[in-house]
Amino acid sequence: MRLALSPTSGRLAGFARQAGTILVTLLGLLALTFAIGRLMPVDPVRAMVGEEADQATYEQVYHELGMDQPVYVQFADYLGQIARGDFGTSLRTGQPVIEDIARVMPATIELATFAILIGAGLGVPLGVLAAARKNRPTDHLVRVATLLGHSMPIFWTGMIGLILFYARLDWVGGGGRVSDFYDGMVEPRTGFLLIDSALSGDWDVFGDALNHLILPASILGLASLAYITRMTRSFMLDQLNQEYITTARVKGLSQTRTIWGHAFANIRVQLVTIVALAYGGLLEGAVLIETVFSWPGFGSYMTNNMLTGDMNAVMTCVLIVGVIFIALNLLSDLLYRVFDPRTR
Amino acid sequence: MTAIPMHSSAPPRRLAGLRSGADYLGTVLRHLAGNPSSAFGLVVILALIVMAAFAPLIATADPYAQDLGAALQPPSWAHFFGTDEVGRDVFSRLVYGARITLTIIALVGVIVGPIGLAVGTVAGYFGGWFDTALMRITDIFLSFPGLILSLAFVAALGAGLENAIVAIALTSWPPIARLARAETLTLRGADYVSAAKMQGASAARIIWKQIVPMCLPSVLTRLTLSLATVILTAAGLGFLGLGAQPPLPEWGAMIAIGRRYMLESWWLVAFPGGAILCVSLAFNLIGDGLRDALDPKQRKGRH
Repeated sequence: MRLALSPTSGRLAGFARQAGTILVTLLGLLALTFAIGRLMPVDPVRAMVGEEADQATYEQVYHELGMDQPVYVQFADYLGQIARGDFGTSLRTGQPVIEDIARVMPATIELATFAILIGAGLGVPLGVLAAARKNRPTDHLVRVATLLGHSMPIFWTGMIGLILFYARLDWVGGGGRVSDFYDGMVEPRTGFLLIDSALSGDWDVFGDALNHLILPASILGLASLAYITRMTRSFMLDQLNQEYITTARVKGLSQTRTIWGHAFANIRVQLVTIVALAYGGLLEGAVLIETVFSWPGFGSYMTNNMLTGDMNAVMTCVLIVGVIFIALNLLSDLLYRVFDPRTR
Repeated sequence: MTAIPMHSSAPPRRLAGLRSGADYLGTVLRHLAGNPSSAFGLVVILALIVMAAFAPLIATADPYAQDLGAALQPPSWAHFFGTDEVGRDVFSRLVYGARITLTIIALVGVIVGPIGLAVGTVAGYFGGWFDTALMRITDIFLSFPGLILSLAFVAALGAGLENAIVAIALTSWPPIARLARAETLTLRGADYVSAAKMQGASAARIIWKQIVPMCLPSVLTRLTLSLATVILTAAGLGFLGLGAQPPLPEWGAMIAIGRRYMLESWWLVAFPGGAILCVSLAFNLIGDGLRDALDPKQRKGRH
């Protein structure tokens, strides 16, 4: 590697500036979750001491929680807690919030991973196809389909799917991760039901779980499919308009080789970035899809706590989503830097 | 001070078009109507407005009138879209629900457009630490998917239609601010802006007279596309029980109640969801059409 002195120090300064930016963004994120927690119409003291507690107990807890301190002191306390990894206790379950979240997260990751496999597995070829057949019927068909997918309320699509494929055709399982019959039969080792059942050799449970997963994952995947297809198409068109493609064609290279060997090879980094962002974006759809399918994941956990006003849980959920997105954006920046020499 | 029209300060053509507002609007509308897909979008929005305005005339029944004897009836000539679990006419509820949808769209659009435009142009024009501070705030909002941040705000403010509108507006301005800032950065150094500056125009005047009109086409396009998402977010909030509350005939809330009976009574979810889909699709189509009409730069990239 040939590294001159000045670009290296330039890069270091760049990294330092980026680290500063991330720190400021994180601080802003914490300020936001803190504000949301303080705005919530729930009295945390009352929630702790109960309705019957007398005034003296109330005031004692009020003091212990630091509620009589100025807001900036409370915010500093909050920052200190987060720094120590203390996210508070859920008022609803009585468990540390972070343990609750660790328990529900695998269900969501399982769902989102299958969804992104479907979304990217179909979206990328569709986008390439649409670009290769620009302004021909195939392209228009893909455009209409992605626009429809982009405009559908995902919770509604989920219900229509349940009505059709579960109630009418009986092709797939209904709500939940497994049928009631199998519930709790597999010892939770990783929390990923498919992995757990495969590890213990319970192939009946494995099949049943897969049968329950396929519909919500497909519908969640449709949401990312529209986005991935659109982006793939526009990336491909950028490449296909360039001169090296014309050169390749003039040389007599076949259409397949030109498209997949030349143009597609050059958009892989952009695609990985897009798919990573879409994967995070599935959290949004998961909130709705998990409610429709009674899926016991992160989305259900968050909405339930919002409906019951469980402050610590809501603040932590929002914080986690924010951190995931900041991390994903960072990752996509990094990918560009590593794989695209021009940005170095 | 009065600006003396100088040759170099003559605003570019897009702005000149805006001067004769009605004429310009006519051109844009003609363009939208000429394209089949954006024309479809216009028809849907027009239908929505007509439904909202003349709801009492179009509805075949009182949207709140219960008739337990006629509960959960499938679609028929008496009830076009069937009846719900307490015998209310689903079609009439959908028609009245158009009013709620239109209110949400109008309020969010009116709040978000000006805020995004103001934050973006001011940050872009002044630059420096002011720009950095405003953009950091924008980035924090942008680091969330819209629905989740709206959910968090509604959880903080309390469930209900008004709070849902506020929450959605709070989460929808950052992309518009980003766009307006990017446009402002390219305009800031333009000759006609420098000319206005040399004539002694104040910063406020330059932003309002020279920069805002130039940002409008792309901001309007982006806003229209955002509204497609706003409808889905509002319906999602209603569905989760954090937006409009029953018995309000909000489409998302109607689906939430219909969910309990959906396996036998499909019409309770199918029709309200279809309505949401149509309106959201309409805004997406109009947004695409506007981009073609107002922003020829992007049209080239797209095709």
